[in-house]
Amino acid sequence: MSHGGGGRAMVQLITDLFANHLGNEYLAQGNDGTCLPPCTGRMVVSTDSHVVSPLFFPGGDIGCLSVHGTVNDVAVMGATPLYLTAGFILEEGFPLESLARIVESMARAAKAAGVKLVAGDTKVVEQGKGDGVFITTTGVGFLPEGVHLSGDLARPGDAVLLSGTLGDHGVAILSKRENLSFDAPILSDTAALNGLTAAMLASGAAIRVMRDPTRGGLAATLNEIAHQSGVGIHLDEAAIPIKPEVDAACELLGLDPLNIANEGKLVAICAAEDADRLLAAMRAHPQGQAAALIGKVVEDPNCFVQMKTRFGGRRMVDWLSGEQLPRIC
Amino acid sequence: MNHNAEVTRQSSSLFLRRRLRVTGIVQGVGFRPYVWRLAMELNLSGWVRNDAAGVEILVEGERHRIEAFTRRLPVEIPPLARVRELSWDDAPHSGEHTGFVITESGAGRASTMIGHDTAVCLDCLTEMFDPADRRWRYAFINCTNCGPRYTLTRCLPYDRAQTSMAPFPLCPDCEKEYRNPADRRFHAEPTACPVCGPRLALVDVRGNAIPCDDPITATIQLLQAGQIVAIKGLGGFHLACDARNAEAVQRLRARKQRDEKPFAVMAANPASLAEWVEMSEAEQALLTCRERPIVLLRKKCGADAALPGIAPGLAWLGVMLPYAPLQWLIFHEAAGRPAGTEWIHHPQGLMLVMTSANPGGEPLVSHNDEAIDRLGNIADAVLLHDRDIVVRCDDSVVRMSANNGPQFIRRARGYTPRAIRLSRCGPSVLALGSHLKNTLCVTRGNDAFVSQHIGGLDNPATCNMLQEVTEHLLHILQVRPEAVAHDLHPDFFSSHYALELADAWGLPTIAVQHHHAHIAAVAAEHGVERPLLGLALDGVGLGSDHTSWGGELLRVDGAAFTRLGHLTPLPMPGGDKAAKEPWRMAAAALFLLGRADDIPRRFTAQPVARQLRVMLEHNLHCPPTTSLGRWFDAAAGLLGVRNVMTFEGQAAMLLEGLAEEAGDVSPLTDAYVLHADGKLDLLPLLARLADETDARRGAALFHATLARALADWTLQAAEQQSLDTVTLGGGCFLNHILSRHLANHLTSQGLRVLEARQIPPNDGGLSLGQAWVAISSLNNRQLKGTRSDP
Ligand SMILES: [Fe+3]
Ligand SMILES: [Mg+2]
Ligand SMILES: [Zn+2]
Ligand SMILES: [Zn+2]
Repeated sequence: MSHGGGGRAMVQLITDLFANHLGNEYLAQGNDGTCLPPCTGRMVVSTDSHVVSPLFFPGGDIGCLSVHGTVNDVAVMGATPLYLTAGFILEEGFPLESLARIVESMARAAKAAGVKLVAGDTKVVEQGKGDGVFITTTGVGFLPEGVHLSGDLARPGDAVLLSGTLGDHGVAILSKRENLSFDAPILSDTAALNGLTAAMLASGAAIRVMRDPTRGGLAATLNEIAHQSGVGIHLDEAAIPIKPEVDAACELLGLDPLNIANEGKLVAICAAEDADRLLAAMRAHPQGQAAALIGKVVEDPNCFVQMKTRFGGRRMVDWLSGEQLPRIC
Repeated sequence: MNHNAEVTRQSSSLFLRRRLRVTGIVQGVGFRPYVWRLAMELNLSGWVRNDAAGVEILVEGERHRIEAFTRRLPVEIPPLARVRELSWDDAPHSGEHTGFVITESGAGRASTMIGHDTAVCLDCLTEMFDPADRRWRYAFINCTNCGPRYTLTRCLPYDRAQTSMAPFPLCPDCEKEYRNPADRRFHAEPTACPVCGPRLALVDVRGNAIPCDDPITATIQLLQAGQIVAIKGLGGFHLACDARNAEAVQRLRARKQRDEKPFAVMAANPASLAEWVEMSEAEQALLTCRERPIVLLRKKCGADAALPGIAPGLAWLGVMLPYAPLQWLIFHEAAGRPAGTEWIHHPQGLMLVMTSANPGGEPLVSHNDEAIDRLGNIADAVLLHDRDIVVRCDDSVVRMSANNGPQFIRRARGYTPRAIRLSRCGPSVLALGSHLKNTLCVTRGNDAFVSQHIGGLDNPATCNMLQEVTEHLLHILQVRPEAVAHDLHPDFFSSHYALELADAWGLPTIAVQHHHAHIAAVAAEHGVERPLLGLALDGVGLGSDHTSWGGELLRVDGAAFTRLGHLTPLPMPGGDKAAKEPWRMAAAALFLLGRADDIPRRFTAQPVARQLRVMLEHNLHCPPTTSLGRWFDAAAGLLGVRNVMTFEGQAAMLLEGLAEEAGDVSPLTDAYVLHADGKLDLLPLLARLADETDARRGAALFHATLARALADWTLQAAEQQSLDTVTLGGGCFLNHILSRHLANHLTSQGLRVLEARQIPPNDGGLSLGQAWVAISSLNNRQLKGTRSDP
């Protein structure tokens, strides 16, 4: 692999930036591996590679996104995220100022989420062999005693809750990428959810499943859960919070907000009798102000996820294999 | 020569024993009593019974009488019977039989087929309208020659215990008829009378009985007062109101949330319709046939004014005649309860909207509780009864095509589960159809059974119905499929379900390209196996290259096809959204014509016109499609016919209506380009339409030019490929003008043109095509298998 002068500068820049903004005892060890203190109990690990175009979008950038994505995956397991590692793949010639912005954003996001960056790596690839920056992060968290959340625990009768508005991230990315302007600017919802999940767990509600509806949107997430648990899910469209501007953009683009990615939302399934308590806990947290009860789990051997529409009809909430392909013949 | 032998030979030439086997629709249609009567008349002895393949007969007697029996047997059959094959073996006369008996079914599969539902027969009507008859005004009258079959049969063998008549034990009078081979009701499984059979009840929207002397009288009073009554039919509930009461029709539209989609109407007879629709002899025959479909007839002028809100702005009106005794009773009541059947031929004033009760695009409502629950906010009252609907089945919709044959728009009640004959036997396959207008198809031997119309699979209840009907059909046909076919589109519920079933049963799956299936469906029903040209003109279907097709010229050779050409792709701004908003397709056309500036100028009523332009310029969720359906939408949008549709196909239907009004025009021969690579470019035509000020003329030019361009395109390919048969498939062939012109052009140039006759040309016929491709592909594999075997 070629390491031009630019490449070396990039590697150095990242190392320095992390040291400046996130300097901690673990990162400072300087060995091939980082040695962490003992931890009694179960650990949760999650890893995610982040690729986004554009790298800077309204409401965020790939830097904070790469922290939020992994922190959230650990958090929705019910765990307290503690550490993060980051791997960068950079395209040679990528502007250093942009790189600095990304790393600073990452550092800020990690600090806000209360996680420590404990290891990192950077590789530089030739121009044309990457797309600016790819960032892979791995998160490690501590799972408190007694917490057991899993996609196969949803039971008929359970309540389905959503922490806030749908579709903000995906639509923000699209409109920025294609220079589409809307009356109200649409911001990505990228955010760390570990504060919210901690508050939810503290409420004492019997939570069965938590998941962040990222790629594939709420539709994919709920279909996964329905199949894992062998249940059906009924949603109520009128109860699903969507910002009017996101709704309008989806109308224009012909996209279904339920299929669009979110980066700062979670869906939770809990015992019906605890729904109110959980909803109150969510709404009391800044990340869950727009939380809503959006549906319920039902018995259904077909594992259909379906939605009562605003017009009173019912429709399937589809689990798409990829992008939304036209199908009206 | 031995003397005894001589005697034997002599007697064998005079007396004979013959065993006959009859296949076809010969069970549950009064076939055995018919055989009994014929044998009695001819003084033959022996027996008749049902067996796995159909009906088996043994007759003994004089040779010439047996010859007469054999000759007359397939000819004088009961009205609902169909004889497919008749074969026999002869043996020496034994004399062991005295008299002729109907015996119980033989061993093996008890029955082969369940009949289809048919309209009440004249004999039954005569009884029903005879005040002296014990079935006077009885809403569930039927006999072996008429009545419900498919919709009330749970499983085979077809007898009363397996139908929704099981809870109604026969009274002694009915029992006597049922047991008497000379009676019209001999083994009429659903037979009943007021003493032993189902009863009517009129209930309010909470399910409480509405106090009345007679539910029919009360119903007609409600209808005449402008109320909406849900009425239980054969395969589901209808919502009915007085078709000539504009206010009632409007209320029904508002409550059903159905703005403009046309309603079908029911009238007592053709004479009652004469004022509003044109009707040829062939159309009248279609309207009065036993299957009693909804028939689309051309409106006369003034029809819209007389029937406001029924089918606004459209050239066609869907009409049907009563088929269930209950429906007849409503007309009878409105006519003042006349005695006799004379009145049924005279014009009657009552005309009812009869629209399927399927709120929100769900399948038909079929249970009483469900009716009250789901129709309570639409209907003012519900006329129901205690006989269950076992199988939901919508009304069929047909019309006479532009080229002198029937054309299905929707195939269901009256036609399912009748088989479509294939040109050869093959392995049994299950094909699960498309996403919208879904049907499924099961094959057995050389029979293809296409299910009733199931509907759009974006609705969970419809998805459930697909599962139910799949299980039910496989069960009543007693078929274990050897492969499961489905559309290429990965996100159709029908595709998911196909994979799921195949996985559970360990069967191979066959993904069939949408337009290949459209062409194969028509080829299958015509029994054509030679390579042929396929012109698929359609909405959007996923192509083998993962883009959206729909204006395709294919060479189809059984399980294989080649894409010879296609229409110029148009971007669909917003994907499926563009299929509902013709102005988007018009904008796409303007964009391709380099006139993007026109988009916001032209579509000032569309708040997002400016942003749509950006979408087109940035190619943002603008998947390209070669679909002709979208070209129709573009034309409609450019001519200002329609910007946003309220039901599927509306823009194209309105465009056709306008072209019809304008009459024939000459095609613009310079408004299309045939490219050497097989592409047909119609953009110059859209450029002309963009500047056309008269929508009628524009619509006529579009149709005429399109037909000419498509004909040139097809003829060129026919010549290059040395093919003489062209098969037309896809939803666009529901367009009368296009079908007529195109078929005329092609046949006048010596091509053989095949059109969909037994199944709809739209996605309702797709499952048959998938099944046919699957069979061909399995046959190919087997062929390869035997060849490679040492
Ligand atoms: Fe189609
Ligand atoms: Mg994730
Ligand atoms: Zn009858
Ligand atoms: Zn009786």
